Amino acid sequence: MAAIEIKDIIKKENLVYGKTKILTDNIMHYCPGCSHGVIHKIVAEVIEELGIQEKTIGVSPVGCSVLAYNYLDIDWQQAAHGRAPALATATKRLLPDHYVFTYQGDGDLASIGTAEILHACNRGENITVIFVNNAIYGMTGGQMAPTTLMGMATATSPYGREAALHGYPLKITELIAQLPGVAYVTRQSVQTPAAVRKAKKAIKKGFENQDKKIGTSFIEIVSTCSSGWKLSPVDSNRWMEEHMFKFYPLGDLKDSERNSEEEYKKYIE
Amino acid sequence: MAKVRGAIDVDKELCKGCGVCITACPTHVIELAKQVNGKGYNYAYMENPEACIGCTNCAMVCPDSVITVYKITI
Ligand SMILES: Cc1ncc(C[n+]2csc(CCOP(=O)(O)OP(=O)(O)O)c2C)c(N)n1
Ligand code: SF4
Ligand code: SF4
Ligand code: SF4
Ligand SMILES: [Mg+2]
Repeated sequence: MAAIEIKDIIKKENLVYGKTKILTDNIMHYCPGCSHGVIHKIVAEVIEELGIQEKTIGVSPVGCSVLAYNYLDIDWQQAAHGRAPALATATKRLLPDHYVFTYQGDGDLASIGTAEILHACNRGENITVIFVNNAIYGMTGGQMAPTTLMGMATATSPYGREAALHGYPLKITELIAQLPGVAYVTRQSVQTPAAVRKAKKAIKKGFENQDKKIGTSFIEIVSTCSSGWKLSPVDSNRWMEEHMFKFYPLGDLKDSERNSEEEYKKYIE
Repeated sequence: MAKVRGAIDVDKELCKGCGVCITACPTHVIELAKQVNGKGYNYAYMENPEACIGCTNCAMVCPDSVITVYKITI
């Protein structure tokens, strides 16, 4: 039997996985290995699989992912720091047949935007929130975030986070899960193929929940920031598994039984 | 028994050499090149192409979506 050459395998008819068309050809500005790239990809794949490109509106934050609108070929708004849930509220109320999501970092969502996210979730806005928690302010050079772990060194906590000086890390996702307006809360990650599959499934469910009109879907993705953490991308993933997952355990925090707008109304009355 | 052979096509000019695809590969196909691309990154390539089973793991975790995966059954 003749040996199989690579060029015999790399042919269009043998394709099993390639870049989704929802991603543009713009080169992402993210650092090598940054979780943002993987998360953009799975959001894009979900939009393609659901066939909702023309009906999806993203709201990008302030933070490294401020330029998300350059990478997914859908409609976008760009919010002032932390205000993405307010903008998403208006967008969804004006265009209720569209799929509206916010994409926010932990500095954006859990610090300057705490009020907006809590109230949008408490109002049960029918939107999907993608919360990228890398426990640091990546964009501005690695300052401490509300989500920074105890003992974790950052540019503004060089000796490590201390409770007496900096307060405790904020599990905002656990707070949000308490709110009646929220239908679905889950915490995922994207460092392994299995994790990517699960995170993608969660994001898909978050978008599908908008059809059911049952309240807010909130998906946290525990992420890395190798530049802020001062580790290689591979070591960052390992560090995240060892340290982040202990404090931010993966899995569903809430999956409400309600399946329709009627059930939701009954629930909140 | 049907056997599978896979192959990956890495867009080497767009690869950032992060190495997360290497960790994700179950059959140790990928390594980073000694040479660098136009951006100065040591790009990923198939060091052991015969071992590729076309599982798509590497492509799934690639943050820059620069890996395309192909597979044949023989
Ligand atoms: C009103 C306002 N305050 C502060 C800043 C500075 N700033 C830009 S990004 C950022 C935090 C970003 O961190 P995060 O949301 O965690 O995103 P990451 O870059 O880590 O993905 C801050 C404080 C700003 N741009 N605007
Ligand atoms: S600074 Fe951190 S979050 Fe921002 S692109 Fe780099 S690795 Fe990603
Ligand atoms: S994961 Fe992608 S960007 Fe990173 S080394 Fe592999 S091919 Fe290159
Ligand atoms: S497709 Fe699977 S076996 Fe082939 S290089 Fe990628 S991870 Fe390795
Ligand atoms: Mg952050």
